[in-house]
Amino acid sequence: MKEIILIKNGEIVLKGLNRSSFEDVMIKNLRRSLKQFGSTEIKKAQSTIYIMPGEDFDLDRALERVKKVFGIAGFSRALECEKSIESIVTEGVPYLADVLSEVRTFKVEAKRADKRFPMKSPEIAAEMGGKLLEEYPHLKVDVKNPQLVVNVEIRDFGAYVHAGQIQGAGGMPTGTGGKAAILISGGIDSPVAAYMMAKRGIELTAIHFASPPYTSLRAEMKVKELLSKVAEFCGPIKMGIVPFTEIQEQISQNCPEEYFTLIMRRYMMKIANRLAEQNGCHALITGESVGQVASQTIHALAVTDAVCEMPVFRPCIGMDKEEIVSVSRKIDTFDISVQPYEDCCTVFTPKHPKTRPTISAVEEAETPLDHDKLIDEAIKNTRFEWIK
Amino acid sequence: MIHYLDNSATTPLCNEAIDRMTECMRGEFGNPSSLHLLGVKAEIRLQKCREEIANRLYCDKGEIYFTSCGSESNNTAIFGAVKAKRRDGKRIVTTAIEHPSVMRCMDELEKDGFEIIRLMPDQSGNIPVDEIKKAITTDTILVSMMAVNNETGVLLPIEEIKRAVRLSGSTALVHIDAVQGFGKIEINPQKIGADLLSVSAHKIHGPKGIAALYVKKGVRILPLIHGGGQEKGLRSGTESTLLAEGFAAAVTALPPTRVASEKAAALNQLLRDRLSQLGSVWINSPENAIPYILNFSVEGIRSETMLHHLENMEIFVSSGSACAKGEKSHVLKAMGLTDSLIDSAIRVSISRFTTEEDILALVGGIEDGINKLVRSKR
Repeated sequence: MKEIILIKNGEIVLKGLNRSSFEDVMIKNLRRSLKQFGSTEIKKAQSTIYIMPGEDFDLDRALERVKKVFGIAGFSRALECEKSIESIVTEGVPYLADVLSEVRTFKVEAKRADKRFPMKSPEIAAEMGGKLLEEYPHLKVDVKNPQLVVNVEIRDFGAYVHAGQIQGAGGMPTGTGGKAAILISGGIDSPVAAYMMAKRGIELTAIHFASPPYTSLRAEMKVKELLSKVAEFCGPIKMGIVPFTEIQEQISQNCPEEYFTLIMRRYMMKIANRLAEQNGCHALITGESVGQVASQTIHALAVTDAVCEMPVFRPCIGMDKEEIVSVSRKIDTFDISVQPYEDCCTVFTPKHPKTRPTISAVEEAETPLDHDKLIDEAIKNTRFEWIK
Repeated sequence: MIHYLDNSATTPLCNEAIDRMTECMRGEFGNPSSLHLLGVKAEIRLQKCREEIANRLYCDKGEIYFTSCGSESNNTAIFGAVKAKRRDGKRIVTTAIEHPSVMRCMDELEKDGFEIIRLMPDQSGNIPVDEIKKAITTDTILVSMMAVNNETGVLLPIEEIKRAVRLSGSTALVHIDAVQGFGKIEINPQKIGADLLSVSAHKIHGPKGIAALYVKKGVRILPLIHGGGQEKGLRSGTESTLLAEGFAAAVTALPPTRVASEKAAALNQLLRDRLSQLGSVWINSPENAIPYILNFSVEGIRSETMLHHLENMEIFVSSGSACAKGEKSHVLKAMGLTDSLIDSAIRVSISRFTTEEDILALVGGIEDGINKLVRSKR
């Protein structure tokens, strides 16, 4: 018995002449994510991608992995047979024993892409359905509302029998949307923002600000753990760790307290902007959501944006905390995010932060600082590593 | 050179434990339950270890049961006692400053309909004796209390429990969590009147992965782990001769408590004196705390910040307890400390290997932190 994975592309099918280049990226991503499970051959035909396992391939674990590859609308685990009705029926009927034991009603849908096959689709369906009823007497046919749809597909390379489609991760293949840098703190929102943009095909670089001894190595380990969860979807992420202690101390010693967080955010943006540029990124991503905290009012966001040259994407901007939490649970980052370690945003929090700042007032407030020197120093000492 | 001042979290292995475990690892590997010679040899070793531990607890070796950790000893004692005595009543008395491995058991029992009385400490952190007497009633089935609190070092009035139980006329069992006290203060279950008592190896320079539960002869509790019937049926699972050797070696190597605690008291006094000279340091441990633990707050500097600052100087302390990993201390909260003191609390815990040099390095580190670190505004 030979099983394969049949992959149906998502939004890519809407692309015009460049569709094939999108598909090629997706195949490359699939190859990278499935390599660990053994040898495979991956090919495409008629907007379907075929994953054909080698002898040593771990199909069960690979299927779980395919669920996390962006650009896939749905996929099926299918039995491959010869293109003859005898082969389809004799191999297909026992193949379906497990899934059919869990249902009472079914129907068969047949698709004949290869028109050289001698039987028409309804004839194939009738033949298969008849044999299934004979073999599994507990079943009834229900064409309107079946519990299970058995699919028979006659395609270029062979005939396939499967029990329906499994939902994929959706979105666009990673890498087709360009490159952007996510500012990640360790909270609930930033990993969600990273995931949402990665889902649109964006390749991620991550930037994390560390302020030892105000923040711990554990906070940094937590961020790496979060990124590796996102990397399961979008592949390895390059992470830059920016030493931020000096800047935070300077701010808290020289600037008015109510502006601490705003000035800090502006520094983060300026540094992120430069690092992003150096790493070939064309946009920044943050996990901000309007009104969540004092630095996330419209006025405050305008003040932080004023120092950025690149566009800043904030996919969580209109989401409630509840909604963000539900995505974080889905991508398995929630339990990591809620570990209680100090992060760079919680240590120097002012008692009464400005919620309606103006750009001129903030610029005034930060004049005592030697911006260029502080930023150059932080960028020079940034360490990079790859998170898988 | 590192200055390890977090001995209430865990301790390094003493040489005696390393030597005996190494010897054991290279020696026989038998299962103490096997009938053949290798099994017998392992059983003899195990019984000898049990005896060494029993000696230090002034009890019979038949009263010592091996478990995998202090938490398991506490769980076994509490659930085992409740299972055995659930027909006698529904009331359990404990305190609000117990270790999580006792508190969480109580939370579970509360969900099952048991009435849990959690005694609150006074402002100094002590549990008032009168409250114990009031709390224990005829239908009380279990009293569970720690001997020494792991965060402040406060001594709990455990000797008063048995008398209060007798006065109330109840048949309640008394469980003492002596994990922090063992090796530091004299622990004699019979004298205390404990029916059940937990101790653990890794707090006294033994290995992690083994602990013991004392069960007084004649007291019946029911097991949590069922299987091959090891440890007289109370704790099934093949015993680790290796870890038992390490545990026994560490126990045997313990110096007499009085000698050790005089040395600890001198170090504690030195630390208190030097800290009080720094200003902006508040001592949270009460006067009657054991000398091995000192809890204090450095005003305006968060625990984690100070901890990481010290760690850069190779000085290791704790913010609250290691088991809570950064959550707000329930013990300091129960004592009624302000949030800002709780947020800046540091726990220093010393062992018999701590030196004056370690204490002076710590004081230097704290002073440096006070001068260098930016104070938070709360």
